[in-house]
Amino acid sequence: MPEQTSSAPAVVVSDVSKTFLVPKEQVHTLKERALHPWRRSANHEFQALKNVSFEVNSGGFFGIVGRNGSGKSTLLKCLAGIYAADSGSITIDGRVSTFIELGVGFNPDLAARDNVAINAAMLGLSKREARRRFDAVIDFAELQDFTELKLKNYSSGMLVRLAFAVMIEVDADVLLIDEVLAVGDAAFKQKCFDEFERIRASKRTVLLVTHDMGAVQRFCDKAILLEHGQLVASGDPQLVGDSYLDLNFSDSARARVASGAGGTASSESFGDGRAVIEAIWFELQSGETATTLPNGSRATFTMQVRFTDRVQNPVFSVTLRNSSGIPLLSASSAWGTERSGSFRRDQTVLWKASFDNPLGPDRYTVSPSVTLEGGAVLALTEKMSTVVVTRSEPTGTLVDIPFEQELQRDLPLSLEQELQA
Amino acid sequence: MTSTEAGPTIESQIGRAVTGPTALGVDPKRFWHLAWTLATTEFKLRFFGSVLGYFWQLMRPLLLFAIVYAVFVGILNTGADQPMFGVALLLGIVVFQFFADSTGASIRSLIQRENLVRKIDFPRAAIPVSCVLQATFNFGLNLIPVFIFLFAAGGRFYWRWFELPLILAMLIVFVTGLSLLLSALFVSFRDVEPIWEVVSQALFYGTPILYPLSLVIDKVGLSAAQIMLANPLAAAIQQLRHAVVDPAYQSPGQIFGSTAGVLIPVGITVLIFVVGALYFRRMTPQIAERL
Repeated sequence: MPEQTSSAPAVVVSDVSKTFLVPKEQVHTLKERALHPWRRSANHEFQALKNVSFEVNSGGFFGIVGRNGSGKSTLLKCLAGIYAADSGSITIDGRVSTFIELGVGFNPDLAARDNVAINAAMLGLSKREARRRFDAVIDFAELQDFTELKLKNYSSGMLVRLAFAVMIEVDADVLLIDEVLAVGDAAFKQKCFDEFERIRASKRTVLLVTHDMGAVQRFCDKAILLEHGQLVASGDPQLVGDSYLDLNFSDSARARVASGAGGTASSESFGDGRAVIEAIWFELQSGETATTLPNGSRATFTMQVRFTDRVQNPVFSVTLRNSSGIPLLSASSAWGTERSGSFRRDQTVLWKASFDNPLGPDRYTVSPSVTLEGGAVLALTEKMSTVVVTRSEPTGTLVDIPFEQELQRDLPLSLEQELQA
Repeated sequence: MTSTEAGPTIESQIGRAVTGPTALGVDPKRFWHLAWTLATTEFKLRFFGSVLGYFWQLMRPLLLFAIVYAVFVGILNTGADQPMFGVALLLGIVVFQFFADSTGASIRSLIQRENLVRKIDFPRAAIPVSCVLQATFNFGLNLIPVFIFLFAAGGRFYWRWFELPLILAMLIVFVTGLSLLLSALFVSFRDVEPIWEVVSQALFYGTPILYPLSLVIDKVGLSAAQIMLANPLAAAIQQLRHAVVDPAYQSPGQIFGSTAGVLIPVGITVLIFVVGALYFRRMTPQIAERL
């Protein structure tokens, strides 16, 4: 029996759709209504959710991922009962507690005691339950000496502690959490992560809506990806996270193609024209062309160059910059042992640079160039294309620098004494 | 017991369906607890924030009373033929203040608590109801000076005072219905607020507050007084004057010619409450989306 209860779904969402009517002309006054009683205002329909179905197992940590406007917050609000879904059904087993914002409804002019009481009443707790919870909240937040202090006099750290305690100390079986991680500094994020670990250990069911792939991959045991209100991926958070990055970056690249000729809207070309960079692409070790490169595996950059004149000893190079514009990888034929030699007019060549991808997950711009040793630029295209790197281990670094490590213990006595001296 | 299989079989096994926000929630006790908590904390905020909080709360009707008394009783000599007209005047002002306070506060209440409405699922009607509750607290406080003046003017406790809770209950039902209606209307129609200001201004003068009803009967006619008394606010004030201040103020029953006439304002009260509650319930799922 216990196994069955733990694997039974705590949340079942089937075929949920939600459409918002966005009036083209806002009839916002009784006057307009009275003057034009039969004029139907034209509505623009915005479908925020389209037939979304999924299940969350009891005790699961479930991630809902998507870009801005993908409908993930609408989904959470439907789950929370704040919005009514147009069609489909949502079933939740047990008491639900929603956290769309940390410390929602806190009134700065009231003492912690009153704020916690209001919060408890909002969650539907009875007076007695609320009193019992109050002590637990204050204990957790370690604010025993400040229960009568108005919130406006709280330090920001105390406020966060109180808000978190209010969120954690709920006797809820299902927690819905939205973007709490989007705000706050690194220390706050760490605190959030610690709390998540605790919640996960407490075996409660959690649905987390977030942008933060690191958090999803770290905590969630399942995830779904929403795009334009539709469920586009579900299952292993690793895969969902990868398709999220893919979607995010390839889509922006597609948008750039749509907005400019040849996908070089934001790219800039320089050079005297004696060489033309005709194409660039990345290949995986398997030899297939890829726009997404997994971190840690071998990747090959290839550039196809056609010379329009005779050229001696050109240098081929490529630079990858991350989304902040920081160059993280620069490969060049100039660092090889031999010169490239001479090329005839109308000769087409391929230059390849392979590397064991150490890059962190991000979108990288690719800027290839062909120059002469003296510095003359034959062809240079800034941000000719982009490539996405995905990574499974959330190390948080820009690049993974390979290292070796060893621990020396049981040192010879003489050496230990020497070190201590 | 095939719990790993998805589908409708499991759906029927587990928990409750989430259908969206409701006006009252499932448990009336919890609804009441929430409305009460919201009202008392707001009340606290108002009075414990400043030393003079309660003093100012009292001063508002008292100052208005002083002005009105000076103009109407002192200069125009209104109600000179009525017993204890000063007390009756103050009573009218205090009742109207309750009416204006709760409807005025409720109109914007959902917008003011937008943050909560958009982020937590709770019984929505708790918000306007908490406004009415808070106004009721103030009303209770404001009634204290009314009774002080009443006893000072020689009023006595007598058996008709038992009507007091009944009349106040009817008044609260009327005001609650209006508050629900107005707060829900404001979600869709933002000009409800200025319109309501004008309407309540008209009601202030169209209700026998500044003048005794007997003046209307003398100057305009009995039927005009009867029409005025269809307004539950006017009926409540008149009945209060009759029952609490002095029986010389004719009760609505006496003016309608039979006690059954009282059913008119009572019926209107019930009607407004039902319309307000139903409209609010209909609008509930949309409030969070349309704010």
